[in-house]
Amino acid sequence: MGMTMAEKILAAHTDRDEVKPGEIVNTKVDMVLGNDVTTPVAIKEFKKIGVEHVFDRDRIAIVPDHFAPNKDIKSAEQSKFIREFAHSEDIRNYFEIGEMGIEHVLLPEKGLTLPGEIVIGADSHTCTYGALGVFATGIGSTDMAAAMATGEAWFRVPSTMKFVYEGKLKPWVSGKDLILYTIGDIGVDGALYKAMEFTGEVIENLSMDARMTMSNMAIEAGGKCGLIACDQKTDDYLKNRAVRDYQALYSEPDADYEKIIEYDVSDIEPQVAFPHLPENTRPVNKAGDVKIDQAVIGSCTNGRIEDLRIAADIFKNNHVDKNVRVILFPGTQQIYKQAMKEGLMDIFIDAGVAVSTPTCGPCLGGHMGVLAKGERAISTTNRNFVGRMGHPESEVYLASPAVAAASAITGRISHPEEVIK
Amino acid sequence: MNFTGKVFKYGDNVDTDVIIPARYLNTSEPGELAKHCMEDIDAHFSKNVEKGDIIIGGKNFGSGSSREHAPLAIKSAGVSCVIAESFARIFYRNSINIGLPILESPEAVNAINNGEEISVDLEKGEIKNLSTGKKFDSAPFPDFMRKIIDDGGLISSIKRRLNNA
Repeated sequence: MGMTMAEKILAAHTDRDEVKPGEIVNTKVDMVLGNDVTTPVAIKEFKKIGVEHVFDRDRIAIVPDHFAPNKDIKSAEQSKFIREFAHSEDIRNYFEIGEMGIEHVLLPEKGLTLPGEIVIGADSHTCTYGALGVFATGIGSTDMAAAMATGEAWFRVPSTMKFVYEGKLKPWVSGKDLILYTIGDIGVDGALYKAMEFTGEVIENLSMDARMTMSNMAIEAGGKCGLIACDQKTDDYLKNRAVRDYQALYSEPDADYEKIIEYDVSDIEPQVAFPHLPENTRPVNKAGDVKIDQAVIGSCTNGRIEDLRIAADIFKNNHVDKNVRVILFPGTQQIYKQAMKEGLMDIFIDAGVAVSTPTCGPCLGGHMGVLAKGERAISTTNRNFVGRMGHPESEVYLASPAVAAASAITGRISHPEEVIK
Repeated sequence: MNFTGKVFKYGDNVDTDVIIPARYLNTSEPGELAKHCMEDIDAHFSKNVEKGDIIIGGKNFGSGSSREHAPLAIKSAGVSCVIAESFARIFYRNSINIGLPILESPEAVNAINNGEEISVDLEKGEIKNLSTGKKFDSAPFPDFMRKIIDDGGLISSIKRRLNNA
């Protein structure tokens, strides 16, 4: 039996020729990532190990993005602590406000996560880079500390579930809808401890932005990573970005999958995940009359230029409902700039949308758009848990940028066709 | 290691946002985190929990974010161990790495009720309901993880490895 992409990448980072699901392996890692919430704990643990310096200052990325720009004194103290560490260790990939972005949008943009590599990040949405054929997975602060010291991490080799998407997408159906549909089908623990591999002609035809949206939410099905094979589109995306040479790895034709799930996408409608789990999905035209108070467009899931273009298509010559607040936050400074160049910012501001600097803020109820008791938001983010965006009695509905923008205009959860005839 | 305590029982998919809401993540001070542990699904947890008590959850306990603040909040609230049908993978490794004992036992989860007194023998992986006398087994840890636990967490384990190298 041949190996899957996940197994091949793990094996390539050990001194072994092959690994099997269930085995525990210690591997080299190519990049280690942390943010302003998880890095402070990692630094304290790192100091306990007693090594003089980090294993490689080029292979650590630290991005203050969760409560940055800092929302209060405590978060400013946390950022100061990681900034001082980054400077004293001469960490090359420390990204300060002004050149920063949301970590999982920023790192691929900077060419720091490359096909065939292992990337670990003290943030659960590190799985985003699977879209570039990277074995990328979220870990905790202590793992980050250990990897900063040794350049290694331990893994239980996951079995792989293969997802095959065939057929023709309906209008307004995006990568977000495909991943929400998948999570709705298999459940929030449907891929627990497993690698997910997204394949098929539909995936081949998706843009890199849409692929990253899909891989981003692998964790919402419990997955360890959400892998997509590197192809010409990946190479084109990485041209002029990649900071190192890379060697893509692919699943072998006779690879042993734990399960293969096939979807005909032709009947899939734009999806909405109802509170309080990402698996509570239904087609948007079966959402019923759900009035909203806020719409949030952006995040590591849907804060890329394609997402902003789709939102702008819907906001153009329309205006946000008077009872709705809309917050849009581009993923990085470069995306912000690109949106300005293309005139998207004019469209947003004319439509009554508030545009924020890149931050994770509203997605996790941190700052920049926290919900009050009883309020409802439609959001292009990735989690709709109890209290996720604010008060424990507030509600979050997950959807694509097209659905969020359309809903912002009508004031209730709506299919984009309601707005764009 | 043996623990005895009363049970705080919750359902499936207890996520890290309810274990410790993100609004309190502007600090990593364990005592501060403990004050807000579980508050969005159990407002009185931090007042009612006593040292040694045990949390029981259903499927996919600890799902969501990678915040180590979640097992840290539970541990510093005085909880001696967490038993669940299954754990989300990052929470699972974080717990092992920081030395919070966790056990997978669907049978125990089914048969033990909120508020009951139970005891846990970590070496044997045995869970006993003190009110009914019933015993349950949990899945044993692979040797690699057992070693991290025995070394007192990942950092001590690595220190030991580096010193022996």
